[in-house]
Amino acid sequence: MSAASVPVAPGPRGCLIEARDVYRSFGQTPALQGASLSVASGEIVAIMGPSGSGKSTLLHCLAGIFEPDRGEVWFDGQRLDRLGETKRTQLRRTAFGFVFQFGQLVPELSAADNIALPLLLNRVSRKAAYKDAASWLQRLGLDELGARRTGELSGGQAQRVALARALVTEPRVLFADEPTGSLDSLTGEMVLDLLVGVAREEGTTVVLVTHDARVAAYAGRAVMVRDGRVTTPSDVVAR
Amino acid sequence: MSVPLTLLGLLEREPSHGYDLKRDYDAYFGRSKPLPFGQVYATLGRLARDGKVVAADAEPGAGPDRKRYVITDLGVSEVEAWLTEPVEPEPHLQTVLFAKVVLALMLGRSAERYLDTQRAAHLQRMRELTEIKRTGSLVDALLADHGLFHLEADLRWIDVTSARLQVLTEMVRAS
Repeated sequence: MSAASVPVAPGPRGCLIEARDVYRSFGQTPALQGASLSVASGEIVAIMGPSGSGKSTLLHCLAGIFEPDRGEVWFDGQRLDRLGETKRTQLRRTAFGFVFQFGQLVPELSAADNIALPLLLNRVSRKAAYKDAASWLQRLGLDELGARRTGELSGGQAQRVALARALVTEPRVLFADEPTGSLDSLTGEMVLDLLVGVAREEGTTVVLVTHDARVAAYAGRAVMVRDGRVTTPSDVVAR
Repeated sequence: MSVPLTLLGLLEREPSHGYDLKRDYDAYFGRSKPLPFGQVYATLGRLARDGKVVAADAEPGAGPDRKRYVITDLGVSEVEAWLTEPVEPEPHLQTVLFAKVVLALMLGRSAERYLDTQRAAHLQRMRELTEIKRTGSLVDALLADHGLFHLEADLRWIDVTSARLQVLTEMVRAS
């Protein structure tokens, strides 16, 4: 089905992205069993849960990386799960940003190359892409490291580059899956401070997957995924 | 927090007036609960009576008390002993959490719902402390960290207990 023929239903007031009764299995193993979650525009939401609970699968469905077996995923009034792969890829490049635990940077490329890459893929001119990359390097305190290969950076530096790469396209939603899972406590806090600070300044919606309550405390709201379902959707919105 | 021992510790650094002691106490140890002046002077009076501080002659000037207090050798010994002794490691909230879970199971109520509610309350407090960390001074951040680590320990217990709830239910109801 084309995007134009997808019915529009904006969901709850201010809701930007939503999973409705989503099921997803891997072979015989069910990962999501009726998961529902609404995220408002500009909200920072943490998805918590034990290993294997389905929290990362829910993030991947919300981001249009996985197609649900059943259920609906909505983004900005359109059925994301009904878009074709090409349109979903386009959406991921322009409207979504991603930060994972590790492995998202090209180690042979410099920090500036890595940050400019999403813009170049979106056909932004080389000059403009590298200008934006330099701006983000400065904003995240990395201006001395632009020419360094990311394979030579420390874990905290590499995650800051990953954050810059995720935000350089000015996405509407930032998806972060255990973004500080491979960092020590203090470095992880510095990365989270930057992530939350920039998201608030830019009004970026953030969906943050973590098993760590101290990480979840950076979010305005936390939900629990247990056995493939979101079990505490009514947690208080703090900010 | 022992107010007398903390004031003694501040006095070991340098002889001070009651006003200065209150200011330093509040800056480091009384951020959420400043020390009343009355308690400062009452405590200093008791420390003087017990020979742990001596009050120098009053200095001329306005104000309720212009005495400078000086720690004695006995006071220094007390501070030294206090700073080298470990604090008794004891669980705090966990015993209450445990009692609520077990009682809920005994009475056929939902322990899971209680644990979810408690988790949400803990996360809410952790959010508040995290915001204090992000916007406050280093002292604020260190105090918030202390609270965060304790709350995190409770949350880990809540998660483990949630995972073991079925076995615990069977055990409680069989006894």
